[in-house]
Amino acid sequence: MDNPATQRILRPMTPDSDILIVGGGLNGPALALALAQSGLTVTVIDALPDTARKLADFDGRGYALALASKRLLASLGVWETVAENSQPMLEIKVTDGRAGEGPAPWMLHFDHAEIEEGPMGYMLEDRYLRIALLDAMASEPRITQINGETVVNQSVEMDHATIELASGKTITGRLLVGCDGRASGTASRAGIRRTGWDYGQTAIVCAVRHEKPHGGIAHQFFMPNGPLAILPLPANRSSIVWSESTARAESIMAMDEAGFLDALRPAFGSFLGEIALEGKRFSYPLKLTIANAFVGDRLALVGDAAHGMHPIAGQGLNAGLRDVAALAEVLTEARERGEDIASPQVLARYQQWRRFDTATLALATDTFNKLFSNDNPLLRTVRDFGMGAVNAMPGLRRGFIREAAGLTGDLPRSMRG
Amino acid sequence: MQTGPSTIDESEVAKFEAMAAEWWDTEGKFKPLHMLNPTRLDYITRQIAAEFGRDLSQEAPFKGLRLLDIGCGGGLLCEPMARLGATVVGADAAAGNIPVARIHAEQSGLEIDYRHTTAEDLAAAGEQFDVVLNMEVVEHVADPQAYLNACHALLKPGGLHICSTINRNPKSFAMAIIGAEYVMRWLPKGTHEWSKFITPDELFAMLRQAGLDPVDRKGFSFNPVLWSWSISERDLSVNYVTAAIRRH
Repeated sequence: MDNPATQRILRPMTPDSDILIVGGGLNGPALALALAQSGLTVTVIDALPDTARKLADFDGRGYALALASKRLLASLGVWETVAENSQPMLEIKVTDGRAGEGPAPWMLHFDHAEIEEGPMGYMLEDRYLRIALLDAMASEPRITQINGETVVNQSVEMDHATIELASGKTITGRLLVGCDGRASGTASRAGIRRTGWDYGQTAIVCAVRHEKPHGGIAHQFFMPNGPLAILPLPANRSSIVWSESTARAESIMAMDEAGFLDALRPAFGSFLGEIALEGKRFSYPLKLTIANAFVGDRLALVGDAAHGMHPIAGQGLNAGLRDVAALAEVLTEARERGEDIASPQVLARYQQWRRFDTATLALATDTFNKLFSNDNPLLRTVRDFGMGAVNAMPGLRRGFIREAAGLTGDLPRSMRG
Repeated sequence: MQTGPSTIDESEVAKFEAMAAEWWDTEGKFKPLHMLNPTRLDYITRQIAAEFGRDLSQEAPFKGLRLLDIGCGGGLLCEPMARLGATVVGADAAAGNIPVARIHAEQSGLEIDYRHTTAEDLAAAGEQFDVVLNMEVVEHVADPQAYLNACHALLKPGGLHICSTINRNPKSFAMAIIGAEYVMRWLPKGTHEWSKFITPDELFAMLRQAGLDPVDRKGFSFNPVLWSWSISERDLSVNYVTAAIRRH
């Protein structure tokens, strides 16, 4: 092997891990667990120390996990630890509303009793999901966590990818996965550009405690400035996703707690009685951003790093978890076939699977939002009529319920029942 | 046995590197083979796992198995088998393929014993294997029965022989020769001779004649709408694959 004729060939090396994941938020740990489960070794790098990511107190953030996402978490052994803190969504009511006028006569009503799979989704506070994922990673011997370290550089060789940390340390893996959000450094360092547009809207996210029980019902009100979602949390609490024009959202965020509640009440209505704020308020500018490629040389992008979506239907995390399930399935199959898991052919399968799905969802969400965030009387009549029509047709309604539960499209195996 | 390209002139290495890149370019000259490869690997890995009681989700599931790939080309099957832990010998009658396959294996960090030889010569030398892969070769040889006899001799008792080829009927003529060679230009014209194609029943009869026990046959079916291959239980009309065991 030390023949001079072979010296110009790059020496093969054994990388530190099969997979390097940049970003230890939600998608990163979920992917690490799925890959470790199928026998791959994984290193997860996050810029924050893990104590900073494990907040014990409720900070006001919550997720509407579609049934398909819950199934993935169950297959990772994470669901059982968070189940008792989750709130099943038994019904979804969609109403076209205008502040102070109450709901329009037409209303869409989706009831889980219409599909056999059970509740279409579950509400779960961010803190429970985050801690459960971090704990599960800690007890998985195939996962190495590097916390509180920033990636400053990345490069690709013939048979591995290398990342360099701010501390000067380098780590190698066969495949690099960017789970580092919509401003993904992993994507930009690889020269992957993004296309996107700004809605001029900002989503305010918080939780409220209310006087009356919500009965497991999620509400979506389409207000002229943007949608308001009221999603049931355990006990008499609900998670709020309130979209407003950015200027108005900024002024609402600047208000004190009493002022904030005064601004919220006319949109929220009185059907749950008195309301009070729980935890902090968050605001997220609504921008759609899609990476021009989901894969590169020994590189794959997952979640917001691939596609930052309008959070109108709570589809951001659900779409990310779908990426996780699809990438894990593609890599597991490739490994069991003996393929190079980071070969262009293998990565192309993931990109092909997820890009179409994502583009469709992003466009649908965008159109939906444009149609509903509008006070044009003609449009309002059209959509009221449309909602009434959907509501009157059980087949169509069931289709929407299955869509909300994340059960449509080419579903990864871990998300099927 | 040499595993590096040590018998190769320095100036030749660059040429072989370029040829290796060509063999492994999924969009290049060997694109049809790359498209079929995952489906072939699915069949091969599952048959080996079932026959030798291996769990594919484990690390190096084929560890301890000695495997021969006849007509190895650039190593499209040898490398996955080596990655799964098998001890792999790749044989090719075309001398030019050997250094190319060696260079790519080295770049991939895999140890594979590539040899410029034939099944008959290996059998004459008394070499024996747990698994013999005989993929898309039998339709090219002059005397298929003599060739399959050699494959039998290359297997240890209890060994597994996997053989894929092309059926002989009007559809296979249209697909493999007119379609693949003339219309799609996937393969050089004249790659195949239709009269040499073998039906599954004929292949089973020849395998038995060679002393092997045929245990399975499946189709590799191309879906022109999805533009992809899959394993088919029923459609053996064009490409198909068989598994046979050497009992004793």
